[in-house]
Amino acid sequence: MKHKIIVIILFFASVTTGFVSCFNNNEKLEKSLPQTVSFNFHIRPILSDKCFKCHGPDANKRAANLRLDFAANAYAPLTETKGAFAIIPGNPEESELVKRISSDDPSYMMPSPEGHLGTLTPYEIALFKKWIQQGAKYETHWAFISPQKKTLPKIDNKSWPKNEIDYFIENKLEEKGLIPNEEADKERLLKRMALDITGLPPSIAMMDEFINDNSPKAYEKIVDELLSSPQYGEKMAAHWLDVARYADSYGYQDDNIRTQWPWRDWVIHAFNNNFPYDKFLTWQIAGDMLPNATKEQILATAFLRNHKYTEEAGVILEEYRMGYLIDETKTFSKGIMGITVECAQCHDHKYDPIKQKDYYSLLAFFNNTKEKGFEGDVGSSKPAKYPILKINNDEVKNMLSFINKKDTAMMTVSVMAEDTLRQTFLLMRGVYDKPNGEALLPSAIPAVMKFDDAKYQRNRIGLAQWTTDKKNPLTARVFVNQIWQEFFGRGIVKTSGDFGMQGELPTHPELLDWLAVDFMEHGWNIKRLVKQIVLSSTYRQSVKTTDEKQKKDPDNIYLSRGPRSRLSAEFIRDVVLSSSGLLVKTIGGPSVKPYQPKGLWEGATSGRGELATYKQDKGEDLYRRGLYTFIKLTIPPPGLALFDASNRDQCEVKRSKTNTPLQALIMMNDPTVLEASRVLAQQLMRESSPPEEKIQKAFRLIICRKTNAKEKEILLLYFNDQLQQFRQKKLDAKATVNVGEYPQKEIADIVGFAALMKTINAIYNMEEAITKS
Amino acid sequence: MNKELLEQSLILNRRKFLSKLSLGIGSVALGSLLIPDLFTGKPDEEVLMAGLPHFAPKAKRIIYLFQNGAPSQLDLFDYKPKLQEMFGLDLPESIRMGQRLTGMTADQKKFPLAGSIFNFKQYGKTGAWFSELLPHIASVSDDLCIVKSLFTEAINHDPALTFFQTGAQVGNRPSMGSWLSYGLGSENKNLPAFCVLLSKGKGNGQGVYSKLWSNGFLDSIHQGVQFSSGDNPVLYLNNPESISKEDRRKMLDKVNELNEVAYEEFGDPEINTKIQQYEMAFRMQTAVPEITDMSKEPESIIKLYGPECLIPGTYAANCLLARKLSENGVRFVQLYHQGWDGHNNLPNEIKGQCQDVDQASAALITDLKQRGLLDETLVIWGGEFGRTNYCQGTLTKDNYGRDHHPRCFTIMMAGGGVKPGVYGETDDFGYNIIKDPVHVNDFHATVLNLMGINHEQLTYKHLGRRYRLTDVAGKVVNGIIA
Repeated sequence: MKHKIIVIILFFASVTTGFVSCFNNNEKLEKSLPQTVSFNFHIRPILSDKCFKCHGPDANKRAANLRLDFAANAYAPLTETKGAFAIIPGNPEESELVKRISSDDPSYMMPSPEGHLGTLTPYEIALFKKWIQQGAKYETHWAFISPQKKTLPKIDNKSWPKNEIDYFIENKLEEKGLIPNEEADKERLLKRMALDITGLPPSIAMMDEFINDNSPKAYEKIVDELLSSPQYGEKMAAHWLDVARYADSYGYQDDNIRTQWPWRDWVIHAFNNNFPYDKFLTWQIAGDMLPNATKEQILATAFLRNHKYTEEAGVILEEYRMGYLIDETKTFSKGIMGITVECAQCHDHKYDPIKQKDYYSLLAFFNNTKEKGFEGDVGSSKPAKYPILKINNDEVKNMLSFINKKDTAMMTVSVMAEDTLRQTFLLMRGVYDKPNGEALLPSAIPAVMKFDDAKYQRNRIGLAQWTTDKKNPLTARVFVNQIWQEFFGRGIVKTSGDFGMQGELPTHPELLDWLAVDFMEHGWNIKRLVKQIVLSSTYRQSVKTTDEKQKKDPDNIYLSRGPRSRLSAEFIRDVVLSSSGLLVKTIGGPSVKPYQPKGLWEGATSGRGELATYKQDKGEDLYRRGLYTFIKLTIPPPGLALFDASNRDQCEVKRSKTNTPLQALIMMNDPTVLEASRVLAQQLMRESSPPEEKIQKAFRLIICRKTNAKEKEILLLYFNDQLQQFRQKKLDAKATVNVGEYPQKEIADIVGFAALMKTINAIYNMEEAITKS
Repeated sequence: MNKELLEQSLILNRRKFLSKLSLGIGSVALGSLLIPDLFTGKPDEEVLMAGLPHFAPKAKRIIYLFQNGAPSQLDLFDYKPKLQEMFGLDLPESIRMGQRLTGMTADQKKFPLAGSIFNFKQYGKTGAWFSELLPHIASVSDDLCIVKSLFTEAINHDPALTFFQTGAQVGNRPSMGSWLSYGLGSENKNLPAFCVLLSKGKGNGQGVYSKLWSNGFLDSIHQGVQFSSGDNPVLYLNNPESISKEDRRKMLDKVNELNEVAYEEFGDPEINTKIQQYEMAFRMQTAVPEITDMSKEPESIIKLYGPECLIPGTYAANCLLARKLSENGVRFVQLYHQGWDGHNNLPNEIKGQCQDVDQASAALITDLKQRGLLDETLVIWGGEFGRTNYCQGTLTKDNYGRDHHPRCFTIMMAGGGVKPGVYGETDDFGYNIIKDPVHVNDFHATVLNLMGINHEQLTYKHLGRRYRLTDVAGKVVNGIIA
């Protein structure tokens, strides 16, 4: 007990030391300040967090008529404190702002105690003083300035870089006094690459090929091989389905089935065929409006229509129709633009220069279809809601062959279809029946980039052009950052859905800009971007960490070691199925219903609709990739949800990576994992090799490397113990292997079989099994 | 716990902790499932929860008996003889005032008033009115704080439920239980801080959705853990029959050894966290079945809750289970009982619903009281909105339906620092509130207050904004606090 308390106190002391007490002495504080205080990187984050709530862009909540987000206003005489100025460039002592943030008089100090925003730290106050001393220069928010490709930074360790990425990383590492790790061993590197590019572990053949290939091109060769496999498209699609809030049901109360999966098949197809990102976006935003639009182009717009849809009798149509438009606007702004605009639904944005009018002008682009708020209740439910795209069998055979259609019936998908009847108004406080003022013309967020009439039409085609204009400061940065996040576990901008003023600043701004510009210069080529990342020395580093690294950079922000993280939900399933040989590699098609604990859907349903009961699939459909698991919005698949999969309720660009006991229970008891252990054991039992070799092979299939001596010993001990137990009938071999629907094969040595299965199950429960290492 | 292990725990927790620290005073809140395990031994957890609770709590735990689908306040609590007098007459426009209606009755030409066909009586010292449908609940009337003046903004089930559970209609926000798990953590290291129990009545039902117990943007350790009535009370809890507890222990020991080999090589603190999570999972495998096992409950308890409490998955069984979970330190137990959506045939349906819930609801209060737990446990009973005073569909002498009515409805609370009595008042038509209105945000602010939390200070910064359960509104209703 005492120990614990002491340790905790020490811990607290060290935390506070880091933040506060070392600044007790002014000299030290002075020294720790940056040479030049930047508005964008030092001052605005504090203003945005602590001041803009009352002194920012929102005109309705502005206190004392003071706004601090504009130089002119911040330099002007204060209206409520006569003779004073909030900021006097060059003169911090006389600036009212400095006086107030340094005060501890509750009636005078800022931020005011009623705001519950907390006070500024001595360091933050010192930053303000120095910034004002240096002239209090304002800058446009970094993310709203078009990215520029700067020359590569100078570095000392010139032998390390393999490509441009490494210059930027090494530069920061040298600045921070960190040394990059050596390259990871080949086995781990291959596992990392294979999981990152295809979401599947490498086969033994691929492992052997790579390990034995000592040519300088071996690495690149494997990268190309992985990039050209059809599983690449599935891996990339998984993230995009989160962005697009893809699901197989309508959400809301009765939550009946819908058919949006042909769009999901298109996404996989688009990634595999390496659609340039600008084309990929254009089709999804405005495919239906392209000249002589093909069915494929129209299908792509299902992206916008994946929103939930009510089938609750008695709803007010316009309330829901507006809700869908708000959702479409959010998906566009958060998923593609990387900014949050929904605040401006009810009032001018408090932190970003986005007016309420801007919000509804953006929404106006989407408010041009004949979509209804409600088409009928669950009793008359249809698999798609107007506007719909009809796809017949011939079309699937010919032009839409990427759709994995199982029958010959006509298929319908909810898509966009432009219609010019609707007018959009600003809605007071965001309420659907409170339109205000004149009808608004569609327009994109002006603070990001002007929507130039002369250049773009005021419709979704124009919006797509504006979005993919190379001068747009956000589109390329946001996407490159999302891809970076997929490979390194965290974006260069950590808040990948918020590049606005409340978002985090990029850790490597020049690298982000370089990558974004380079991406656009090379035709928005996604495979090229992926290849660039995995070929870098940065990516190839070993994940080993030392006390020093852990102390200097616990979050690995500066990347002095390789990325190590738990796999995303779908890929945990994929690893289990693939390593055991159960995986059915069919691409696309209707979503499937694998094993799920009994009663989940039944316990929560209204009893109406096709999805009131869970009808588990049979045969091959039990062994499809996680990407294809049926998503019923109101009760998402538990095996995915517990591993932090998006609930697909709204656009998501980033998943959390938690570590909970419920995850441990899944790995121990999910029939999928148990069945995989049994089937892999069953296959190995049919090989005429000694148990050690069987264990070794299973280990290689699951962990993707050979055991070390210690691991081998532990596993063999366990195996022999289990063998004993089964032999002495302390454990029931037959009952043990009796799991899962995959056909049982007659195995003579049932005891050996069961012991091997248990050993394999233990391997599946190793942390490394579901970790990219 | 030995010193090394604790130090490791601290290191691995430091990252998360630091990022929370940067949010400012009052927002240091820690996890429920993860954290207690890292700090085995309870008092230490409190050391870490700097700033929370913000002041002395009146309640430590909550049991929320949610009546899903919206029970009719007019047939249960809000006695309106005027409606009986004016049975069949049209709702005066002076009362309705053009307020919006759902699409189900908006096109009705007439709005005939439907007085309840059930008899009402006053009970206890407070003289609160109850209909004959709730004799058991009426018998504990002196423990109840009856709020007759709740109102909400939503008029349909999905948004109204979501609003009640998360403080916003839009979805994707953390639910009440998640906020409390985040703010106060768990009192029990073997059980989740937030548990959810579902049951179904025979009345017209509306589904429940797991988003109602979602962690939203909080870490998923704050997600409500759904207990089910089947053999596996918690998802994937049970080992396959062929694997005994000792056998599981053996495997975990080996897996731990293997994970330690990896830790030695890589030094990644997540590996240690994983070891800890497996250990907690193992403890849950013992703790949860002990709690869900009703076989050791004495006859007096079975009698109190009624014989249905032995049938897993019933409301009565869930009430008893809720008491056991709460008694064992679960911060927030959320029940949902479906079937209250009486659009047609309400008198008949509501009888069945009341049979499901009356005895067990009252039993829970009595049971907590006799164990000395009612003082520190807040029990809440109510639905997502009210029902109309006029009939939906055809009105006959003994049958009617009622549409959704967000403008006033009744909820009850007991224990945990609430003041017994009746709060708020509606007009003679039971249509508008005439005294002490309580908005859903106010209700949330008050509940948090009872738990020792200032609702404006329990915040989480997400996508550039500090969110809270009460969003940008809510004021504590002091009139219902003892």
